Amino acid sequence: MAQERAGISGRFGGTEDYIATEDLTVAVNAALTLQRPLLVKGEPGTGKTVLAHEVAKALGLDLIEWHVKSTTKAQQGLYEYDAVSRLRDSQLGDPKVQDIANYIRRGKLWEAFVAERPTVLLIDEIDKADIEFPNDLLLELDRMEFFVYETGEVVKAARRPLVIITSNNEKELPDAFLRRCFFHYIRFPDADTMAQIVEVHFPGVKQALVREALASFYELRDVPGLKKKPGTSELLDWLKLLMVEDIPPEALRAKDAKSAIPPLYGALLKSEQDVQLFERLAFLARREGR
Amino acid sequence: MFVNFFLELRQAGVPVSLREYLTLLEGVKAGIANYSVNDFYYFSRAAMVKDERHLDRFDQVFGHVFKGLELLDQAFGADIPEEWLRKLAERHLTEEEKAQIEALGGWDKLMETLRQRLEEQKKRHQGGSKWIGTAGTSPFGAYGYNPEGVRIGQEGNRNFRAVKVWDQRDYRNLDDSVELGTRNLKVALRRLRRFARQGAPTELDLDDTIRSTANNAGLLDLKMRPERHNAIKLLIFFDVGGSMDGHIKICEELFSAARAEFKHLEYFYFHNCLYERVWKDNSRRGVDKIPTWDVLHTYPADYRIIFVGDASMSPYEIFHPGGSVEHWNEEAGALWMQRVLATYQRAIWLNPVAEGRWPWLESIRSMQQLMGDRMFPLTLDGLDRGIRELSR
Repeated sequence: MAQERAGISGRFGGTEDYIATEDLTVAVNAALTLQRPLLVKGEPGTGKTVLAHEVAKALGLDLIEWHVKSTTKAQQGLYEYDAVSRLRDSQLGDPKVQDIANYIRRGKLWEAFVAERPTVLLIDEIDKADIEFPNDLLLELDRMEFFVYETGEVVKAARRPLVIITSNNEKELPDAFLRRCFFHYIRFPDADTMAQIVEVHFPGVKQALVREALASFYELRDVPGLKKKPGTSELLDWLKLLMVEDIPPEALRAKDAKSAIPPLYGALLKSEQDVQLFERLAFLARREGR
Repeated sequence: MFVNFFLELRQAGVPVSLREYLTLLEGVKAGIANYSVNDFYYFSRAAMVKDERHLDRFDQVFGHVFKGLELLDQAFGADIPEEWLRKLAERHLTEEEKAQIEALGGWDKLMETLRQRLEEQKKRHQGGSKWIGTAGTSPFGAYGYNPEGVRIGQEGNRNFRAVKVWDQRDYRNLDDSVELGTRNLKVALRRLRRFARQGAPTELDLDDTIRSTANNAGLLDLKMRPERHNAIKLLIFFDVGGSMDGHIKICEELFSAARAEFKHLEYFYFHNCLYERVWKDNSRRGVDKIPTWDVLHTYPADYRIIFVGDASMSPYEIFHPGGSVEHWNEEAGALWMQRVLATYQRAIWLNPVAEGRWPWLESIRSMQQLMGDRMFPLTLDGLDRGIRELSR
């Protein structure tokens, strides 16, 4: 396993666009040092996918993204043998048909293994795939090599990429897979961290606006029974809207008045039921206030 | 090194294996922990815990194992011999015991009493409920429990930082989440999928086409196959009314999740125990009843059965003819349960009553027996176990 220890040098400590908490930094650096995959879980909208982008940026690495869908097979990450093209070419008498290698298409893992520069490989939303998907990648991620049956070639990582895997917890991942990973659960940021995040995204934004927006944002998250609580990305979208529309901070504070619903709430609440629930609660609050 | 930590984690139910342990050692050797306790905590957490459900347990064990080494010296400034406070045995109090401990006055009163006790007390003390020491139920000391207790030793740290990270136990509410949304239910039910190809061949079978074409000396030979469908068929019997009223929300959630997940889903209602008739529409339950025999004869044996009910009733309702609270039943409920279970091999009972309370209710015990121990609590974990039983 000591093959190419010095694959990636440097340490991750967050970037100017991304606020990484201390525990997240330690987890990323552990994955870097010991060259194990890092599994990141957390509420939607807490920056799981962005993490890979930012790690790549901070360490100056290339990023290879593999977005997993319900139909994705593990094999597709390694390579695919395009038998249909070969069949067609054979019917047309194309000379290419002699060499099977012409019909092997490289997958993302292969790309990451043979990349010239050290890379970060993001396997996004691994839980979307079939239940066997992670198991099928065990050996490949562990040894960073695989065998191509069609050509009899062994593809081996010249330098081990940093593998970052995200999951939304839709399926439980197999134990054998988990054992090989580091695990980090991104907690929902507290108000202070959130203010830092906002500052990073909208430098110089009106402090009053941010304060009021954050207050009503956390208030909204506390509403019981919401189907989908708004996350960081929703907050950032909402702030952007507020700034574009140039809404004054006072409009957000209007707790007594009729407008108990924050302006442009469509950016925060994504389901009709939630909007309805919220409107109903606001209505009740208004009636009590009268 | 850290063997104790590893073993305690396992004992606390955090599923760590040798592999995680070796990773931990490897990381320590590589200098990741960097000789800072916080870094070590973060690193060992990333290495050992693989599911956010276990984070809280991990924090507890971490605090337990490593906090015991940190001795108190200046937390209180007073001269409490550290030896008294060194944790020897953490006493695990039951809920009842906790309830017994009543809080003493307000903060000022506690501090005042503490000062007095400190003067009175001359010896090291452990356990008991008055003196300062460890693992007791006195309001002073550490690792014990008192609703208004003052922690000595446990919080004592030299850096004057407020609370240690692992003592914050931020992940508490993720542990064994009681919260069951439809989404979670759907994910749990999804385990019950079993795909099979049935019906008209409408999909191109690429592999077979290639093979046949090759066999056919290169002339295209198209092969089709039917699409994959979830082949699981499900019958759900819901207990309604009476004691089930308190569980309506969770039953609704389960129902809507199941409706979305399964194509072949039939549901029926019953009250308390299954008898000779069930119904599909609660508002017309007096009129439109379906004989249970018809249900047994209509749906083939490859259906899987889920009963949802609290099974909380008088034992007569299960075992005696005429025991039903609503009508005169010719045959006992137990007989009907046996008939259903004899027809359908795969059946479970989901009970919204908390599992810990089952042994106290005779009817739940009897129903559990009738079901052949296939009763599971209606929580995520219980549903998981139940579905595993069903999909075997």
